[in-house]
Amino acid sequence: MANKITSFGRYFKVQPKSIVAPYWLDEIIKSTMYENTLTVGNLKSYGDSCLSGDNNLIQTINFNKLISFNIKTGILKAEVGISLEDIINFIVPRGWFLPVTPGTKYITLGGAISNDVHGKNHHKFGTFGSFINSFELLTSDGQIRTCSPNENSALYNATIGGLGLTGTILTAEMRCFKIETSYLDVENIKFKSVKDFYAINDDSVEWESTVAWVDIANDCRGIYNRGNFSNRRKYGLILHSEKKINFPLNYPFINNFTISIFNQLFYSKQLTKIQKITAHYEPFYYPLDKLLNWNKVYGNKGLFQYQFVIPLDARNELNDIVKIFKKYNQKSFLTVLKTFGELKSPGLMSFPKPGITMAVDFKYNDKLHKCLAEADKIVMAVGGRLYPAKDSRMSAEDFYTMFPNIEEYKKYIDPNYSSDFSKRMNLTK
Amino acid sequence: MKDRQRNIIVFGAASTIAHKTILEFCKTDENNFILIGRNEERLNSIKSEVEAYNASASVLLCDATNIDEVILTAHVCLNLIQKIDILYIAHGSLPDNELVYKNNTKLITEMNTNFLSVITFITELIPRFEEQKDGVIAVISSVAGDRGRQSNFIYGTAKAAISTYLSGLRNKLFHFGVHVLTIKPGFVDTQMTKDVPKNPLFAKPESVAKKIVEAIKNETDILYVPGFWKYIMMIIKSIPEGMFKKLKL
Repeated sequence: MANKITSFGRYFKVQPKSIVAPYWLDEIIKSTMYENTLTVGNLKSYGDSCLSGDNNLIQTINFNKLISFNIKTGILKAEVGISLEDIINFIVPRGWFLPVTPGTKYITLGGAISNDVHGKNHHKFGTFGSFINSFELLTSDGQIRTCSPNENSALYNATIGGLGLTGTILTAEMRCFKIETSYLDVENIKFKSVKDFYAINDDSVEWESTVAWVDIANDCRGIYNRGNFSNRRKYGLILHSEKKINFPLNYPFINNFTISIFNQLFYSKQLTKIQKITAHYEPFYYPLDKLLNWNKVYGNKGLFQYQFVIPLDARNELNDIVKIFKKYNQKSFLTVLKTFGELKSPGLMSFPKPGITMAVDFKYNDKLHKCLAEADKIVMAVGGRLYPAKDSRMSAEDFYTMFPNIEEYKKYIDPNYSSDFSKRMNLTK
Repeated sequence: MKDRQRNIIVFGAASTIAHKTILEFCKTDENNFILIGRNEERLNSIKSEVEAYNASASVLLCDATNIDEVILTAHVCLNLIQKIDILYIAHGSLPDNELVYKNNTKLITEMNTNFLSVITFITELIPRFEEQKDGVIAVISSVAGDRGRQSNFIYGTAKAAISTYLSGLRNKLFHFGVHVLTIKPGFVDTQMTKDVPKNPLFAKPESVAKKIVEAIKNETDILYVPGFWKYIMMIIKSIPEGMFKKLKL
């Protein structure tokens, strides 16, 4: 048996049969010969989609070499264990950036595809998977297939957002985004309610990246961030060199008191209604990456992140959900609000769809299950859905309702692959 | 940037530390690598990677247990490039001491891999270094060579021999303007140590690689990496033999 492992939420702690972290293609191919397999990246998903208590786990973090990069077209090919951080460090000085980025760089390319991650630019760019030209997929029959929109397209669609259950992605080719500088022209705007959020959001459609931090304990007041990569070349293409702060201790720093202080400070630190600044991409896109292992501040029981998407016009329902959190006295250290655009991902199981998405972090406690189950009802009633990469507790029944392509997707699940999530959702045995 | 490429020979290029060092080299300067190792597919994947960094590379296959092959490979290198800017030797094997110390066949293989292949390879290239009066020879030895311990003294013996050889070679080649760097890593999280239970002393190969590239640039003589191993080994070396032999290290 291998050591116990956990995911980013630190709620599940499991002991896989074995864990290997191969360096080379031949080793990966050999490793997937095991009966029950799950290939994982850097274990940064919040729930159990990257965990398995029964399987042999193949971690790709050492299988991380660049294969090629075309500086003129921005097309990059790499082994899937490469981290977004390594990709960024390579492409930024060459004048390119990730086309889509989640809030952390510490995930692998394979993980970004398997969860079809999204970012602050979803309303203009869509999901990460939309920028994947092709990938090579190894399945348990020993075949390696090239998958793209034109070749093995059904498998391509099932694998993007496919939660790692269709096989092991070996390499992938992606299109990067051209930048003139590594800085963004940013506006931070304070707002007092969800209504204000919508007003600012309607006014921000032309901005490349938009997101808002909100305080759910105070009528969803918050700060709206919007930014465009700056084309004032004097800023240059520079990597960030700020020191990282590590949380080595497993100390439950988060409680209702520190949460209210933090939210108060966060809202008050900006004095003017509108702040115009030039920000490096690092603090703009990855404000939490400088706090290594910040999830440990939630203590031993871990955290749940509840991320849902509901239609844009479901404003009352959004308020109702926030009321449920209040009713159960569930406070959140960090809550973000963002709208998704109309762009459709090729992924059958991709999470984003047009609407508004909220992501709320809760310290784990016993009341949380009941509270979130109540919130689920509203999400389901308006045809919304939850994000599998963040989930630790949704019901299989809801899951099947949320993802209409699930039956098509299931045809492509490799019989030797499963995760604790796939078992919990009755996707696999 | 230099007006020509740096020529860097890497023996054991698919070893984890070597691979990370190659990437570190790629961050500055224009480089031309000769990548030497056993597995062609693996070496080719590193070749693709350095080409993505705009460097050039050629791949040579060589089995370090076969000394004739090692000498032949050194000759091929001499024909492939004129100036050798950096010779970096990073290959090695970490045997299970229990299986080796009573078995001469295995012992000879280990000594060939970890010691003889290293010095025979260098020997073939020494005339070129003396002639060009420039360049760096950097070799991965180990803290294990600083004192023989019951748990890994065969590996330690080979590494001690390398360290002694390099010390003499440094002295010799100093007068030719050639620099010799002895690298003594402690525990590093690599393919070689993948079956060794991890403890907090384990270092990341990326940070070790960074230190090695710095040491090559700064012409350091002996590099303990991470640096605290210098002090650990100082203590271990200072234990009187009468006491040391009773320890279970």
